Amino acid sequence: MEKSKLLVEERQIVVPGDILAEGMDYLPEQGTFREDDKIIASNVGMVSIKGRLIKLIALNGKYIPRTGDVVIGRITNVATMNWLVDIGYAYEAGLSLKEATSDYIPRGEDLTQFYDFGENIMTKVITVSRAKMIDLTMKGPGLRKLKGGRIIGITPSKVPRIIGREGSMVNMIKDATNTQIIIGQNGKIWIHSDDPLNELKAEEAIKFVDNNCHKDGLTEEVKKFLEKK
Amino acid sequence: MYNELRDYMIALFANNTRKDGRKLLDYRKPIKVEYDISPKSAEGSARVTIGKTEVIAGVKMEVGKPFPDTPNQGVLIVSAELVPLASPEFESGPPDIQAIELSRVVDRGLRESKAIDLDKLCVKEGEKVWIIFVDIYPINDSGNLFDAASLAAIAALKNAKMPKYDAKEDKIVYGEATNKKLPLNKTPISCTISKIGNYILVDPSYEEERVCDARLTVTSEKGVINAMQKGGPNSLSHEDIMKMVDISLEKAKELEKAL
Amino acid sequence: MKYEKRFSNRKFDELREMDAKVGIIERADGSAMFKIGKTIAIAAVYGPRQLHPAFLRNPQRGILRCNYNMMSFSGSGDRVKPGPSRRSREISMVIENALMPVLDLSDFPNAVIDVFIELIQTDAGTRCAGITAAAMALADSGLTMKDLVSAVSVGKVGDKIVVDLDKEEEDFEGGATDIPIAMTPRTGKITLLQLDGEISKEELDKALKASRDACNKIYGLQKKALKEKYGDKNV
Repeated sequence: MEKSKLLVEERQIVVPGDILAEGMDYLPEQGTFREDDKIIASNVGMVSIKGRLIKLIALNGKYIPRTGDVVIGRITNVATMNWLVDIGYAYEAGLSLKEATSDYIPRGEDLTQFYDFGENIMTKVITVSRAKMIDLTMKGPGLRKLKGGRIIGITPSKVPRIIGREGSMVNMIKDATNTQIIIGQNGKIWIHSDDPLNELKAEEAIKFVDNNCHKDGLTEEVKKFLEKK
Repeated sequence: MYNELRDYMIALFANNTRKDGRKLLDYRKPIKVEYDISPKSAEGSARVTIGKTEVIAGVKMEVGKPFPDTPNQGVLIVSAELVPLASPEFESGPPDIQAIELSRVVDRGLRESKAIDLDKLCVKEGEKVWIIFVDIYPINDSGNLFDAASLAAIAALKNAKMPKYDAKEDKIVYGEATNKKLPLNKTPISCTISKIGNYILVDPSYEEERVCDARLTVTSEKGVINAMQKGGPNSLSHEDIMKMVDISLEKAKELEKAL
Repeated sequence: MKYEKRFSNRKFDELREMDAKVGIIERADGSAMFKIGKTIAIAAVYGPRQLHPAFLRNPQRGILRCNYNMMSFSGSGDRVKPGPSRRSREISMVIENALMPVLDLSDFPNAVIDVFIELIQTDAGTRCAGITAAAMALADSGLTMKDLVSAVSVGKVGDKIVVDLDKEEEDFEGGATDIPIAMTPRTGKITLLQLDGEISKEELDKALKASRDACNKIYGLQKKALKEKYGDKNV
């Protein structure tokens, strides 16, 4: 039998159809698939190899909700028994009365007193049905309304990079700009600073990481960016 | 819905800064005009970019009947199609009110300034005149389509050459351009100024357009105002308007340089 | 009628000069430009997003919706009246069918992936240029794809099998057969095939063979453009 061959290297940028490896020794993970004895890229992304596992870090793409994701959403509609929340997917997610609060809510109560139109929340995805109907909950550690601040968006696949190892990247940005930053797995980021210019710098730094995620020496570049001006 | 964004922008304006780093009275850079981008088929064409906003305009000419009240003048028809390619907010279908406003504002600027010498476009009085179509297509709407579209239209007209007209067959011989340029006398320039809260800023980005209270597009030619259009849900004071006109006449010089 | 030398002086299997660029429309989720000879196509992808009207929604997977349009000044002579024509609607449909086989939209039930294609200038091969641009735009938007799709027109002009016909060849008075083809280059499987003209079975076979090579060249350019967006010089 032919020996397996790896045809790409770590952090190489590949596109759909690129052959990443030949032979049965390698295993396809996220962003790749197997066809006969070849492993093929299915997205535009950066190669990431761990032992025999080959996966891609997608460089673009919208948020696809998965159970357990902790995300930031905006209340878009208030009904009699539930709220609709925009979490960056094509369709709104639902937050039921039961999952919104442990309080007893009498029938006919005005739900806007709990969550009102346009308010931002840190929430968790508890169900994703086959037709991608999404249910959220506010019950859990850290889940709460996010008062004040603003929401900006980045590519969801880059969230780990914005956070950095043990929070190193986001903490660096927070400290340098004196800005509060909360990151949702859906790529939505809540930011707030008392100084709007600082907040702008934090936003620019975050966008910088989003756009340059694939480049080497990113941490250094971000550091330089933050030290400027 | 956009309150938090608006409040934040106003906080930045107090520091003479905008979200994209510009000062309030700065146009985005670069402002680029590229001529002849569809040379094979258009009689004239151009692409304009203001920052990331990109608009393409093309000129096509035909020979046809004049309007009854102007029997020896050519006809100018300006239309803009907000193709869904250019923005998540544009939909397929016949021109909506936004497309119509854009066409008519660009048209007014060209028509009222008498940019094109329509008298020179008569072929046979009362029967045949040149019909000039200017078709405008945004390619990317990152804000301020008015100025980019007006600039693209004038650039396409500047680029335009009269095609060969076979009077006997009453046919245009497309593909055989003469060296005769379209009689363009003037280059009217449009400048759009927005008001957000108490702040006046030029060349709104698409985020700024969403939260703006009022906007004023002023089309001028060498200091003479030819057309104006106020838009937006709120009012402008007399003072506001004079200030905006001042700024726009100044900025027009900058935009004209790009041509 | 014999066709000894191509009007453009190209070899019979030579493509016109091409150019491709990805990420040209900031507001779009994915975008690309593809130019082949004088034909210039740009494509933008928006989605997955909400689908209206609701009766079009598929609860099991997302749908792909393509819209092909020629700019009014892009035609060969007269101004093209704005709006969809029967021709542009048919082209929209075949483009959709050309791209569907590489997409897996099961992650986006009820949603739509909109692909808009505009032609800035036309000199034959427009639907193929549109498909080539659209495939890059789809990949640029981050969608999962089994492969890219590359497209080119092959055919017969006079007595010769040629690759990448221009308008002059399409209009050749000695007769021309135009065969737009799209394929997934990795496997050579064909996703668009149309033909108009007069051709024998054997000649068709030759033309199809020639198209694989041509599509591979286009494929190389598409990949390069996608990687260049990220500053990757090692392509």
